[in-house]
Amino acid sequence: MTTEAAESVEAAGVAPAADPGFLQRYGASIEYILIPGAALVGALAVFGGFIALYGKNPLDLYFYMYYGAFGTWFSWQNTLTRAAPLILTALCTALPAQLGMVIIGGEGALLIGALSATSAALALQGAAPIVVQIAMVIAGMIGGGLWITLSGGLRQYRGVNETISSLLLVYIALAILNHLVEGPMRDPASLNKPSTREIGAANMIGSIPGTDVHWGLVFGLVAAVAAYILIYHTTFGFAARVAGGNIRAAKIVGLSVGKLILTVCFLAGSSAGLAGMIEVAAVQGRTNANLAAGYGFTGILVAFLARQNPLAIIPVAILLGGISASGGLLQRRLGLPDASVLVLQGIIFVFVLASDALYGRIGFLKGKT
Amino acid sequence: MADASLGLWTVPLAVFGGAIRVSTPFLFVSLGECITERSGRINLGLEGTLVMGAMSAYGISYLSGSPWLGVLAAGITGALFGALHAGICSLPRVNDIAVGIALMLLGTGLAFFLGKPLIEPTAARLPAIDFGWWSDVPQLRAALRINVLFLIGVAIAPLLYWAFRTTRWGLLIRTAGESADAARAMGHSVLLIRLRATMVGGFLAGIGGSFLSLFYPGSWNEGLSSGQGITAVALVIFARWDPMLCLWASLAFGGAAALGPALQSVGVTSGYHLFNAAPYILTLAIMIITCSPKRTLTGAPAELSITR
Repeated sequence: MTTEAAESVEAAGVAPAADPGFLQRYGASIEYILIPGAALVGALAVFGGFIALYGKNPLDLYFYMYYGAFGTWFSWQNTLTRAAPLILTALCTALPAQLGMVIIGGEGALLIGALSATSAALALQGAAPIVVQIAMVIAGMIGGGLWITLSGGLRQYRGVNETISSLLLVYIALAILNHLVEGPMRDPASLNKPSTREIGAANMIGSIPGTDVHWGLVFGLVAAVAAYILIYHTTFGFAARVAGGNIRAAKIVGLSVGKLILTVCFLAGSSAGLAGMIEVAAVQGRTNANLAAGYGFTGILVAFLARQNPLAIIPVAILLGGISASGGLLQRRLGLPDASVLVLQGIIFVFVLASDALYGRIGFLKGKT
Repeated sequence: MADASLGLWTVPLAVFGGAIRVSTPFLFVSLGECITERSGRINLGLEGTLVMGAMSAYGISYLSGSPWLGVLAAGITGALFGALHAGICSLPRVNDIAVGIALMLLGTGLAFFLGKPLIEPTAARLPAIDFGWWSDVPQLRAALRINVLFLIGVAIAPLLYWAFRTTRWGLLIRTAGESADAARAMGHSVLLIRLRATMVGGFLAGIGGSFLSLFYPGSWNEGLSSGQGITAVALVIFARWDPMLCLWASLAFGGAAALGPALQSVGVTSGYHLFNAAPYILTLAIMIITCSPKRTLTGAPAELSITR
């Protein structure tokens, strides 16, 4: 009797989905959730098999991953802290993607943003903390923004492929950072780990009250929502999407494609630069090689998994932040190498890209019978 | 000749020796990528393939005691990664550049994961041929200790040049790269041609990786490759998809990469990191000079997504 009732409730819940009109309207949106979701499950299954070959129980793996990412308030805070820079570095890939550009140099913009922000803070020692913090935000965003604009400009004016140039710029940014940190900007007191001087405890941006999650998360959320509004609800965003769809059509209707490319690249880079500023002002307190923690590279994956949609980036960044937060627990409890998170990220990436082939091909989502 | 009297001559000498030693991975990756790109596809994942190759070569060499088995294992690993890339790319609407980025992450992650136990032990390394026996200048002798893989790479370049021009396979690869429709009209499967071209490219890139772990620097650690793979991909564009130009470009890049350590050896330590970035800066500079927004590059395969 009860099961029958439950079944009928379930049937009622499913009923709208069986209506072809509903599917015609929402089929495409359902696809955007269903297909990446299925890719994620597939990737987790393959990773589980890989771990089983390594001699560990996959069920333990899933449990510790869940526990380390979302199981406790502590792990939630850890996850959200890691999600903050991921949202911002993902925007560095997602914004140029609207123009059909593949930028993978978010890590470089993050490092340059961190360096610029630290320089601003060190130059303004003694000023009121709020002044220093605002200067750090501005410097970080301009530094990172110009770094990616370099890739955009090279693409626009010299025809240099932006994917390769942005990645080369990552290595150049890392070299500049190492050079400055070990040379001109080095704090003589930092012996084992060459670093710049500290920006000062008063200038740190601190945590959201009642949590250990720093304010960077709010920065990330605001940036993602702002990017969403910019792309989908302004003429600028519309122009960018037109140019991304068909450059020739955009030129015919009189859009200035060069200006679009440079502006979008600047915004993208400034977003990753802001991530660098946050890592300095909320976590490290100074600039050193620790900043090259790979947030820029994971951000690429976040952007692709979110299908370059700024709003979808938020939940995906939290998910990927959770995976990286669980890495420590996997190391301690299961004895897995710290690179297991990288392997899982790689598998997810491969599955997500392969799943691109499925769009528009799932029969029951087409709204036809 | 005494050691001290060499003075600043050690720098060009070290750059010369470095050009030969450091260029070998560049050479193998760029020749492999050259084959893949000529077939109309770009594989950015060779950075990951290089690291995977380095790890598997070191592991197999350690377990079997034979470095040449390690080289073979690296090549096979590279070919498997190439097959994975080509397999995913043959699905409809999948972007080959994005797949390359994914395999770059997967390759490095997997190599770090599986290579964790290999950081400690020492594996048998590849032998070198001593071409400097006639000299008693130790630096010159060091510079002229040349690995066989380098010589093989130097031999492959003209071989490929010849094969692209005159053999049936070379023609098929070029047809697939210039016009997929033409290849299809001739009754050939473009996907199959590209699968093979990407696998051969991966095989060569894997061997390039084995050189890193088995000869120079000659150990396995997680900082082994820092962008050599991606630099080599850019180098193919600079070399205009010509295997012989790939050879000269690799030598130039090897020399640039050897500049930092060479200067450090004579006591110039400031700016060490900046000199280490020389290959990347050089790549970028060359791309800026040789690319143009107005026309596609001469020699570019028409099917290549990166130049379109």
